[in-house]
Amino acid sequence: MVNGLLRGLERLGAATRKAVTRLGFASRFLIAVLRHTPTAFLRLPLTLREIYFAGVLSLVIIVLSGLFVGMVLGLQGYDILSRYGSSEALGTMVTLSLVRELGPVVAALLFAGRAGSAITAEIGLMKTTDQLQAMEMMAVDPLARVVAPKFWGGVISMPFLAALFSASGVFGGYLVGVQLIGLDSGAFWSNMQAAVDFQLDIVNGIIKSAVFGVIVTWIAVFEGYDTKPTAEGVSAATTRTVVEASLAVLAADFILTVFMFRGV
Amino acid sequence: MSRATIDVWVGIFVAIGLGAMVFLSLKAGNLLTTSNAPGYRVEAAFDNIGGLKTRAPVKAAGVTVGRVESITLDPVTYQAVATLRIERQYEFTRDTIASILTSGLLGEVYVGLDVGGDEEMLADGHRISKTQSAIVLEKLVGQFMLNQASSLAGETK
Amino acid sequence: MVSLSSLSDEAASLTDVTFGYTPSRPILSGISMRIPRGKVVAIMGGSGCGKTTILRLLAGQVKPSAGRVVVNGQSVPELKKAELYTLRRRLGFLFQFGALFTDMPVFENVAFPLREHTDLPEPLIRDLVLMKLNAVGLRGAAHLGTNELSGGMARRVALARAIALDPLLMMYDEPFTGLDPISLGVVSQLIRRLNDALGITSIVVTHDIYQSLNIVDYIYFVAAGGIIAEGTPAAIRASTDPFVKQFVNGEDDGPVPLHMKAPPLAEDFLGRMGV
Repeated sequence: MVNGLLRGLERLGAATRKAVTRLGFASRFLIAVLRHTPTAFLRLPLTLREIYFAGVLSLVIIVLSGLFVGMVLGLQGYDILSRYGSSEALGTMVTLSLVRELGPVVAALLFAGRAGSAITAEIGLMKTTDQLQAMEMMAVDPLARVVAPKFWGGVISMPFLAALFSASGVFGGYLVGVQLIGLDSGAFWSNMQAAVDFQLDIVNGIIKSAVFGVIVTWIAVFEGYDTKPTAEGVSAATTRTVVEASLAVLAADFILTVFMFRGV
Repeated sequence: MSRATIDVWVGIFVAIGLGAMVFLSLKAGNLLTTSNAPGYRVEAAFDNIGGLKTRAPVKAAGVTVGRVESITLDPVTYQAVATLRIERQYEFTRDTIASILTSGLLGEVYVGLDVGGDEEMLADGHRISKTQSAIVLEKLVGQFMLNQASSLAGETK
Repeated sequence: MVSLSSLSDEAASLTDVTFGYTPSRPILSGISMRIPRGKVVAIMGGSGCGKTTILRLLAGQVKPSAGRVVVNGQSVPELKKAELYTLRRRLGFLFQFGALFTDMPVFENVAFPLREHTDLPEPLIRDLVLMKLNAVGLRGAAHLGTNELSGGMARRVALARAIALDPLLMMYDEPFTGLDPISLGVVSQLIRRLNDALGITSIVVTHDIYQSLNIVDYIYFVAAGGIIAEGTPAAIRASTDPFVKQFVNGEDDGPVPLHMKAPPLAEDFLGRMGV
């Protein structure tokens, strides 16, 4: 009984130690990557290529998801708001939900699944097939040549993707609210404009998406670089990227929301 | 995938991403007309502000002319003091009445301005002297019940 | 400091080098070897004996816990990162399976070191790449993707990439693994030909004794963290050393036992039943 408890505590301690050690490694890795930032921007084509893979290739999924989420918000929001006789607030509700929360968060979750996993898999595979080592042997630092451009490509793409998600969501809400349900188009927009604040809602939303971009891409490049060089290692790392990035985004969202919207 | 193709696609991506941000800022956030318009501040003290929140609109004749910037409690009079930021192009007389109103039964709470006939105009730092507090539904209902009860009592006498 | 005479005839050397990834289990203990300039030297031994570690030491990827590692007159463990990278530009390294960059076509793979380390104009890079590809017989494959190559072709492309910057010293890590007999012959002949044509020095880490005996000038046998035999191919063929004989003839039992150390059979099989 006491022994079992002791063993449980020991395992908990070991798990904590491992987690903290890993976080330490990840932090040192991030600093090393950031030190190679000049390469990512001096050799712009490298970073542009990564923006293409992380951003452009995520366009379709982001715009479509945003559209559907906005349309669902329109339907559900209308149902609830009309119970209180305030269906003219639909535009406000849809837009605030999107720019404050759903845009940055859902876009970041999709980004983790679409681009984050791809980044991890690509770096992991390069490690598994000795490509990173080969680069190092050719006197080319893989952190500068491969990791830093991928990191910045992801970080730059994310705010644009979140804004696109929100914008297509607002359009989806407009389609349902005005075109389908038949609310007055003027009321829809003017109520929204009266309630949405540029500084508080839109700027904060963009800040959120930028933070999520850093978190997701950081986890993705770290997991890729830290992959155990086997086929199972790559698949496990890819899964870890999606799980860890999603959890981290949601946790960070809570913290940011507390600081941004408390007392409003 | 050649470098030129990638450049074009990234260009398109950044352009529509920026476009989305601009769309949100202008169409949804109404950036140009509200936040950046220069304005002046006046104060208004209310006995009870009800559900009024910062950033609530300030309207005159239904037109939004400004926003509530902050709400504090006066430690001496125990009145709520709302600071209203009003756009420069709108001027109001000194005897303007500020009242806290609700659009619809459960709609948004805003500050309504009713202009008086004074010669002098409100300027930065002035305090609106005539105010009308929020109508608190519970008090209203309570008063109504009390009236009903007393009239009933009168009938039975 | 390294004397001038050793600079002129030694491309690389290890002196009393000890190394282990964990201090308790050394992989190399007090190993010494000399790589003469212009020669092809094979480092042979069973799997896991530390052959590849020797290459990693020479390339400065790992540091020895004791001893000296000298490449081209420079003490590798003492180099700072920038100096190490400068040295590596003069080294060519062929990985076991080529390690070609899968996101680039063949041409770009070979052009990679040129683009990274030189500012040559595009037409010159193109000529150089085609020359290097021609040297390995794959000029016709320049436009192919890396996924369209066979194992032997991939290794030849990787070889072209490794010699793109005209290295002083080529290192081959298991270049013969997993190749069909024809590719095997092609790759081993290429190693020899490139060495002589370009005037470089080559170190081949391998366990393929037949290919090695055909192409190399000198062979080191590594086992148990040290060198247990060395000599020219002729000397190795004539050797009476039991380990070398076992290795050359591929016998299953000898100084390197077939069975891992274990308790006697009876104890293992019957002992458990007895309890």
